Amino acid sequence: MSSPRGPKACGGGAADRQIHVLAVDDSSVDRAVIARLLRSSKYRVTTVDSGKKALELLGLQEPNVNMIITDYWMPEMTGFELLKIVKESSALREIPVVIMSSENVPNRINRCLEEGAEDFLLKPVRPSDVARLCNRMR
Amino acid sequence: MALMALREQLDGLVNSMFLEGLLDDQFEQLQMLQDESSPGFIAELITLFCGDSERILAELTKLLDQAVVDYQKVDAFVHQLKGSSSSVGAQHVKLACVQFRQFCEEHNKEGCLGALNVVKHEYYLLRGKFDTMLQLVDVNPHTEEGQPEGQVASHVVQHLQDPYQQNGVKLYRMPETGGIWIL
Repeated sequence: MSSPRGPKACGGGAADRQIHVLAVDDSSVDRAVIARLLRSSKYRVTTVDSGKKALELLGLQEPNVNMIITDYWMPEMTGFELLKIVKESSALREIPVVIMSSENVPNRINRCLEEGAEDFLLKPVRPSDVARLCNRMR
Repeated sequence: MALMALREQLDGLVNSMFLEGLLDDQFEQLQMLQDESSPGFIAELITLFCGDSERILAELTKLLDQAVVDYQKVDAFVHQLKGSSSSVGAQHVKLACVQFRQFCEEHNKEGCLGALNVVKHEYYLLRGKFDTMLQLVDVNPHTEEGQPEGQVASHVVQHLQDPYQQNGVKLYRMPETGGIWIL
C-alpha cells in the first residue's frame, strides 16, 4: 500500500548482532501489531501470550533478550508482576522492561517506573513509540 | 487496465471508511507498516481481529443471557474488545465498547443488552467492509496481459513471493496456485 517509513536513527542492527525483543501480550491482535512495529525497525521479535511463557523463555540457557515489552493487564500474571520477577532476578534484572497499557492511570504508571520499568507506553502503540525505545535497548 | 480499476476501488473503499469514521488514524499508521517484507500484514491483522471479536461477542451474548449477570466477566470481555478495536483502528467499535463499559459499571442489564446490540451492529458493518477489502481476484497466470477472469475468492495470504510491477500496480504471485494478488 504505502512505502515503508520508520526510524532511521536506530534499528535492530546487523543480522549477526540483531537486537532481540520479547513481546508479551495475551491479545493476538496486539501481538501482531507490536511484532510488526518492532520488525519494521529490524528487531528480532519473539511473542508470547503470558508472563509464565515469558519466564520459561527467559529461563533458557541463552535467551539473548535485549528488551522485554509487556502488556499490563493479563490473566494469571500481570505485566507488573512479571516486571517485579525480572527485576528481582540476578540473571535477568539488567534487561530493560517496558510496560504497555490501554489505560492511562498515573498511579499504575508510577508504580511500574518505581519498580524499575524502563518506560510505559499507552496503547494503541504506534511507530513513534517504538522509535523512542531504541535508545533503551541493552 | 482492469487491475488499476480494482486498485482504485480498494483505495476508494478504505477512504470512505476513514471518512465515515469506521476507521481512524491507527489503521492508517498500520497500513504504512505493510511492505514487501510483510505483504500480508493487514490481511492477517483483520483476520485476527475478526476472529477475536466474534469469540468475544459470543461470550458476551451468553453472559448477558444469565438470570444473574456476572458484570466483572462482562466488563473483562468488553475491555478486551475495546483494546483490540483500538489497536486496529476500528473507531466505531471502540466507541461502542466505551459506552458498554459504562452500563457494566452501573450493573444495568438493559443498558448492557442495548450496548451489546450496538457493538454487534458496528462490528458486522465493519466486518462486511473488511471482507470486501480482503477479496482476492484470482487471475489466470497464463492469460495474456494478466486480464482478470472476474472470479473472486477470499482468504488470507500469508506467504507471497516475487513481487513485480505492472502498470504501476504491485502484484504478488501466490506460490501454491500461481494466482496473483494486488496490493
